[in-house]
Amino acid sequence: MSTPPREQAGGRTVHATRVLIAWIVMSVIATPIVYFVLGPVLPPGKSTVQGAGQVFDNTVLVAFVTPIVCLLAVFFVYSLTQFRAAPSTELVDGPPLRNDSTVQTTWVAVTSVAVLFLAGFGTYELLKDGSGGGQGPAPIAKVSGNNFQVQVIAQQWEFTYRYPSLGGLETSQLVLPADTNIELHVTSLDATHSFWALQLGVKADANPGVDNVAYVQTKGARSFDIHCAELCGLWHGYMFDTGEIVPASQFAAWVKQQQQVFASVAKYMPKYSTVYFPDPQRRAG
Amino acid sequence: MSSMAVEVRPPLWRRLVGFNLLTGIVLGIVGWYAGWYLAHAIHAASLDYFADIDYNELSIVLAYIFGVIGFLIGLGFLNYPLARLRGYPPSLREKETGGIGRYFGLCTDHKVVGIQYLIGIGLFIFIGGLNAMLIRTELLRPDHQVWPAGTYLTLVGIHGTMMMGMMTSGILGPFGNYLIPLLIGARRMAFPRIEALTFWMLMAAGVILETTIFFGGFPTGWTGYAPLNIQANAGMDCYILFFALVGISMCLLGLNMIVTIVTMRAPGLTWTRLPIFVWGVISTSALMVLSAPVLIATLLMALLDRTAQTNFFVNAQGGSSFLYENLFWFFGHPEVYILALPGFGIVLELLPVFARKPLWGYRLAVAGMLGVGLLSFFVWQHHLFVSGINGDVRPFYIFSTELISIPTGFTFLCGMMTLWRGRIRYTVPMLFALSWFFNFLIGGLTGVFLSDAPSDVTTHGSFFSMAHFHYTIMGGLVFAFFGGIYYWVPKMTGFQLNERLGKIHFWTMFIFFNLTFFPLFIAGFLGQPRRVVTYPHNLQFLNDWVSVSAFLLGASMLLFIYNFVKSLLFDRVPAPANPWGSKSIEWQLPSPVPVHNFDRIPVFSGDPYGYGEGPAPAAAPAGAPAGRD
Repeated sequence: MSTPPREQAGGRTVHATRVLIAWIVMSVIATPIVYFVLGPVLPPGKSTVQGAGQVFDNTVLVAFVTPIVCLLAVFFVYSLTQFRAAPSTELVDGPPLRNDSTVQTTWVAVTSVAVLFLAGFGTYELLKDGSGGGQGPAPIAKVSGNNFQVQVIAQQWEFTYRYPSLGGLETSQLVLPADTNIELHVTSLDATHSFWALQLGVKADANPGVDNVAYVQTKGARSFDIHCAELCGLWHGYMFDTGEIVPASQFAAWVKQQQQVFASVAKYMPKYSTVYFPDPQRRAG
Repeated sequence: MSSMAVEVRPPLWRRLVGFNLLTGIVLGIVGWYAGWYLAHAIHAASLDYFADIDYNELSIVLAYIFGVIGFLIGLGFLNYPLARLRGYPPSLREKETGGIGRYFGLCTDHKVVGIQYLIGIGLFIFIGGLNAMLIRTELLRPDHQVWPAGTYLTLVGIHGTMMMGMMTSGILGPFGNYLIPLLIGARRMAFPRIEALTFWMLMAAGVILETTIFFGGFPTGWTGYAPLNIQANAGMDCYILFFALVGISMCLLGLNMIVTIVTMRAPGLTWTRLPIFVWGVISTSALMVLSAPVLIATLLMALLDRTAQTNFFVNAQGGSSFLYENLFWFFGHPEVYILALPGFGIVLELLPVFARKPLWGYRLAVAGMLGVGLLSFFVWQHHLFVSGINGDVRPFYIFSTELISIPTGFTFLCGMMTLWRGRIRYTVPMLFALSWFFNFLIGGLTGVFLSDAPSDVTTHGSFFSMAHFHYTIMGGLVFAFFGGIYYWVPKMTGFQLNERLGKIHFWTMFIFFNLTFFPLFIAGFLGQPRRVVTYPHNLQFLNDWVSVSAFLLGASMLLFIYNFVKSLLFDRVPAPANPWGSKSIEWQLPSPVPVHNFDRIPVFSGDPYGYGEGPAPAAAPAGAPAGRD
């Protein structure tokens, strides 16, 4: 007979019960492992408040999708092995099941609740501290307090940085003080770029004429990688850099040194502004 | 009949002269130069024809526009309108009989157009795949330049643009055109000449995109963001014209599909009896018709910015680069569902046949596709979470994006419940359909990380998002596409594809696809941005792994081509009329399907999924042509 033996004795509940039990067991085992083992190694790392927030967010999301993966894995492994057609040339039809309103309702209800949870969780995490993302000129998720402003100016194909509270000092290297609330103002002189400081958990597009604000609260000293994450032309791939978070005293020394280095050119610098319009603008056509 | 055709067959030179591909190419070249010289007449100040390519955008644009018009005239698209103007009676059919020559010109037989699409799109996708191999060659070493940076970006751009442009019609073109009239019991599409037009426009578009290499390529990738696209050199115009032509083509294709399905269903074929693939086609077509015009308008604005110095997208001059991003993604996100929905349709169409069970939850499956289609218009700003656009609406876009997983879940539920307690046969098409669930699950769940604004901060613009959309588009659409090929090509050609080679193709493709793209999630998490020509040294092992897997994935495609050519041109084993035991109507017809499809228009009495519901096929068309072989 091509019919599996279990099929005849009230097949439906037997199969469903097995899949359900296997799923629950697998989820109960896998989800904590994913949460506690995989979670801590997820990016971007905990060197800033925003980065730590993203690690938590990623951890919750990975743990959230684990039972879904388990369900599909159990279902498919079970179905594809148990419900094989017998090797024969004759075609045998399965039971003509066309619908089951209980299954449908349960599925729709569960996925809806899951989606509402995800959206609510994501929104809460986002509005808590901005998550390090660029929020445009008028941010809604602000970090209140005494923020240290740093401007990131992208151009083809490098980043430069200005410190408005230090007399508009412009440097070619990004150095940030530790344990400080930083307010990044990202803008561009030409094409669209994206300022991505991986370990800080910061990404903000740099658009010409737009002041894109992102918040990040630094913790201890460390270095971090900077990449351009938006295709910006020929040398996009080479538009990377390394930045530093340093203790406050070291930061003050660095500022003093930079001011001396750039003293001779400081008077030619354009006045600090949230956006710049260089002239002339190269146009095709 | 065949002997008569031989007698009246004109000599070869006479057959080559006329309205066909050859004439089209000749007139296309003539038109190209006509446009080129016209542009120079307009730009009278600069008459140095060959030195000023970089500065005279207008000459490139007009050359290609006139070239396409010449190409279409050469193919004979003006003949019918002119004949009607001169008083000839209306006619719905052109060049539907004859030999292989039908495939090289305007043909209104939907079956010919379907096969044209399959081969034509296949060629361009093959080129796009070769570009991917070249990209992966560059990424074997972090700092060694195989290609100059500009060439590398052009390869990335052509790969992305070609795949996105061609695969929009990748299933609706071949399988939609071939099958929709058969599945709804009609003898043709509603607009047969427009059907042919969509195909030939797409071919012209593909050639235009390839010729970008003569004009310096383009640096923007498939998204073509402003203001980089305004700054870019002349090769950018090829991108703009390619995508605009694709937009026109897909808009017309979708319109044709909708009108055909709405107006030409055979008696008894109510909306709830339509095969689920037809629903996939309807929902895709709706997205095409509604989103493609936005793309065309956006590209026209970009073209004007480049040629006529308008400033739609120039921030400093009162325009906005966000306008481009908004408009592009308003098209671009429905676009990715244009790529996904036909896959849903094919997978749900194949599962009942090979599980020998009715499609479970038909209405839920339909609601899922329509729901995905509708919601896809409300999610586009999730591409702009960190763009610097006003951020107040991000919570809405988090919500609307994650909402899409509900109707997508319907498709999963219907597919899974169709398998439940079935009698599953592991044929090649079924393997591809089943692998869709694996791939699309990974693609869908990683999408959660991109839809969630906090975690999108890290994943946006990285290899993570690149891996994500390769899982949904290649893992979803292309696997479904191959499932469709193995399933329907015997019907289309009348010859079997080799099952054993097909299985080897499937397993190599499935394994190497996953080995290629899964590590890219990790590369993205570790900080590799998209579209870079170089990357940090610590990512070399991952990238080498991916490159080697990608080459083997490419090799599996060669295996498919070998199987396709060997089976159809050399082995030529005749396919039985219904090799899969399907109850759907196309399998009740002979293979290949005769020119007029049905001797008598069929009458439907049920949907095509009556497996296990009695010996009589529930969807048996009363008037099916049983008498022909």
